[in-house]
Amino acid sequence: MNVQNNIKLWSNLGMRASFGLIALELANVHSDLIITTSDVSTSAGLDRYKQKYPDRYIDVGIAEQNLIGISAGLSSEGFKVISTTFAPFQTLRCCEQIKVNLGYMKNKISMIGLASGLVLGTLGFTHCCIEDIGVLRSIPNIAIVVPSDPFELFKSLRESINYKDSVYIRLTAGINTKIINYKDYDFTIGKAVEIVPGEDVAILGCGNILGNCLQAANILKIKNINCSVTNMHTVKPIDEQKIKYLSKKNKIILTVEEHNVIGGLGSAVAEILSNHNNNSKLIRVGINDFYSSGGNYNYLQDIYGLSVEKIVNTVLINLKHEK
Amino acid sequence: MNISKLNDFAKKIRRNIIFTAFKAGAKSAHIGGALSAADIIAVLYSDIIKIKKSKTLDDNRDRFILSKGHACLALYSALVEKKILKKKDLETFETNGSILLGHPIINKLSGIEFSTGSLGMGLSLGVGVALAAKKKQKKYKTYVILGDGECNEGSVWESVMAASHFKLDNIIIIVDRNNFQQTGKNSLIMDLKNLKEKFKSFGCDTIEIDGHNKKKIYESLKFQNKKDTPRAIIANTIKGKGFKLFENNNNWHHSVITASIYKEILKEL
Repeated sequence: MNVQNNIKLWSNLGMRASFGLIALELANVHSDLIITTSDVSTSAGLDRYKQKYPDRYIDVGIAEQNLIGISAGLSSEGFKVISTTFAPFQTLRCCEQIKVNLGYMKNKISMIGLASGLVLGTLGFTHCCIEDIGVLRSIPNIAIVVPSDPFELFKSLRESINYKDSVYIRLTAGINTKIINYKDYDFTIGKAVEIVPGEDVAILGCGNILGNCLQAANILKIKNINCSVTNMHTVKPIDEQKIKYLSKKNKIILTVEEHNVIGGLGSAVAEILSNHNNNSKLIRVGINDFYSSGGNYNYLQDIYGLSVEKIVNTVLINLKHEK
Repeated sequence: MNISKLNDFAKKIRRNIIFTAFKAGAKSAHIGGALSAADIIAVLYSDIIKIKKSKTLDDNRDRFILSKGHACLALYSALVEKKILKKKDLETFETNGSILLGHPIINKLSGIEFSTGSLGMGLSLGVGVALAAKKKQKKYKTYVILGDGECNEGSVWESVMAASHFKLDNIIIIVDRNNFQQTGKNSLIMDLKNLKEKFKSFGCDTIEIDGHNKKKIYESLKFQNKKDTPRAIIANTIKGKGFKLFENNNNWHHSVITASIYKEILKEL
């Protein structure tokens, strides 16, 4: 596989179509891999997979509770299972099935939540998903990974298959995804990646919104403010060492996420900071616990302070307060 | 099939159920729903399900899923009679750290395939397990017991639909139709109307039997599934069956057996 070529191709396609291509590669490696879906083959880019591996593709119809139960049953009989549907239905609709079958019993599968966050804003908040991390974070034995771009999706999906617990992989953004990782790098579930070094402000993000974080850091650099940008791709188990390290080095820590600030990455970071002596101030940027009017991805990012300009302003305002 | 052997097995299960419930004391236990399922479970474990003490992890074993997990005393009792659990394990029921709680906890080595009791989930697991058998070309069968109250859960019907859609002729669904649920009669709380027709219309080969007639239970379980078709057995049962005090008396859904009651009902065995 030519990684460099794929990085470009996948980012053009976006996370969902890339997932379909990645699934083809994984099915080739793992002969015991089964993909289960709830009537979303096309939305998940799985049409080619479905044709190539009809025996390893199970569509349970629009029945997500059953999706998790059947997936857990297959897993308990030794199959490697990836389930997928849109994020709200992959997590909230079947939340108790996830708790009992995957968390409590430890049947192990990988769940792919399609189009999470705000990207489906024109369809309304039935289809946006700003609650999945918070809800799943409270269930033991489930890891939560939010890939920053399709290349990281490839790495996280590949690793999730051999990971000890079930993994929820949360996909954000649409087609023409911003490229966060231009070169190959070491990826381990639970280990954050510092993409840009810096010392004034530490920006921690997860998902494709990291693209906005990187742009914001560039603009701030011109104003002589050095922001580090860290990819917190795994929200659970969270990289405690990295957070402790950053809190020692920085006066301000800014978390940025396409999720409710209650229960998401910002909450996870706050929980770690509360356990240690530190002098850093934590600013959580994300959805401030309200459902806004609907609109496109940029519109919603602006409303929730996630646009490049709003992130820059938030940093500037907080630095001013610090002085 | 040996009727007297089956009767004996069922009697032992009932004895174990009331013994365990009595030992549980003030913690109380789910009695009515365990006793309504006792004859079905007796026939399953005596003559139908291929599982042995030394081979609880054998890939060819039949899979049993007690979706109405609150009837676990019947399952634990059967596992004791199969020597997979020990009689003294029953005395640990619902004690701190026990493997035997008020709902089954996954323990494949001890013959418990899944943690059940949150209603409406067991048949989905069963569909996954039966699909796996097809994919691995294994001959084992998957038996799932549902409660009738449990059939209030929409997820039950998602999984019945799927069993039929995936042409699972290796799964047998048994509904313990005792006509009661936690707080009263099905007909008053959520009327299931014609349950047999419901399963039929979802595509199951469905029959209705007397769920305490061991010969009928045996025959219905021995019957081969029609090609590409899941099988559903509506077993008409009596909640609390076997003890006059408990029969059709929903106060014994979850209750305490005192020493004097225990002494009295033992006579009925």
